[in-house]
Amino acid sequence: MEVKPFEAIVREHGPAVLRICRAVLGPQDAEDAWSETFLAALRAYPGLAPGANIQAWLVTIAKHKAIDVHRSAARRPVPVAELPEAAFRSGPVNRAGGDPGSHERGPEDDDPLWAAMKTLPQRQREALAYHHLAGLPYAEVAVLLGGSEAACRRSAADGMKKLRALNLEDSR
Amino acid sequence: MSLPLEELLPPGLSAASAPDAAEAAALSRLHRRLAASASEAGLLDVAYTVIDAPVGKLLLAATPAGLVRVAFACEGHDAVLALLAQRISPRILAAPELLQPAAAQIGEYFAGTRRAFDLPLDLRLTAGFRRSVVEHLPDIGYGSTATYSAVAALAGSPGAVRAAGTACALNPLPVVVPCHRVVRSDGSTGGYRGGPEAKKLLLNLEAAA
Repeated sequence: MEVKPFEAIVREHGPAVLRICRAVLGPQDAEDAWSETFLAALRAYPGLAPGANIQAWLVTIAKHKAIDVHRSAARRPVPVAELPEAAFRSGPVNRAGGDPGSHERGPEDDDPLWAAMKTLPQRQREALAYHHLAGLPYAEVAVLLGGSEAACRRSAADGMKKLRALNLEDSR
Repeated sequence: MSLPLEELLPPGLSAASAPDAAEAAALSRLHRRLAASASEAGLLDVAYTVIDAPVGKLLLAATPAGLVRVAFACEGHDAVLALLAQRISPRILAAPELLQPAAAQIGEYFAGTRRAFDLPLDLRLTAGFRRSVVEHLPDIGYGSTATYSAVAALAGSPGAVRAAGTACALNPLPVVVPCHRVVRSDGSTGGYRGGPEAKKLLLNLEAAA
């Protein structure tokens, strides 16, 4: 089985992975997660089993990178003697204490998908992104998120219900 | 029944839709960043770019050791990249910044302002007698030509004329390593990886300069 040059993988899957990262993390952290995902994928690529589902493989890596980004984001507001690297990042940072319902205007509101997604709990965002944007079946979403297939389906459905309600509100 | 996300959200957000201008800009910025950090981390085994030249689009590919392949459009750049993935490593990314010195020198060559290349070369795609031929090709000076039998002699095997012809035909670095300066003993130009027209163009370019 012929192994494609990694460039082809980036071109084919880069846009979808960026949308998934944006839907889960928001536009600010999405680019770091994308970069770390593709660098880790490049490192592991020569050992990837032939015929593997590349998109599912990338989404799995992105999911772990998203956890890392969340952890560093969660650490950020805590004053510590040693500053995490992320604290040195430039640009306005709008993290309203992790309350997804708060609606302060920030640069992240320019992204229409994130503006809607950030009103949802993390798990619903992930279930929606991995199923609807990444195209993973719920069985695979369940492997990524933990819990049962039915629970993941429920999370996505609940998220979708809220988005639909939001959408109705907006179009009024 | 699940409703597609894109029916609820603004258009252009589904995974299948074409990237808009802002997304294309973000992806191109991320691609550059990936190539740079991959190179820094020692994970970029083959970097490449495609440049415009009077002989058509040229693919330039390099390993950390040096320029490893120059390919004409008629060879099929995708096929060449697939072969590089197989022969060298699938860790391949477009990285024009890393090929900038090679691209600049090839540009000068086609402008007639450069007569010899000063680039690190990685000859791993050729071996044995063929490699010996390729190593001796730069001995043929700019603007001059040599016959296949003269090249066989240069490489140390005067009788191996046919093998010298094969070595020239399979030169992994055409243009930069001047296999185009090798012609038939009857004075006709002979075959070329980039086609006979490309060979004539290069010989005329050097004759005119």
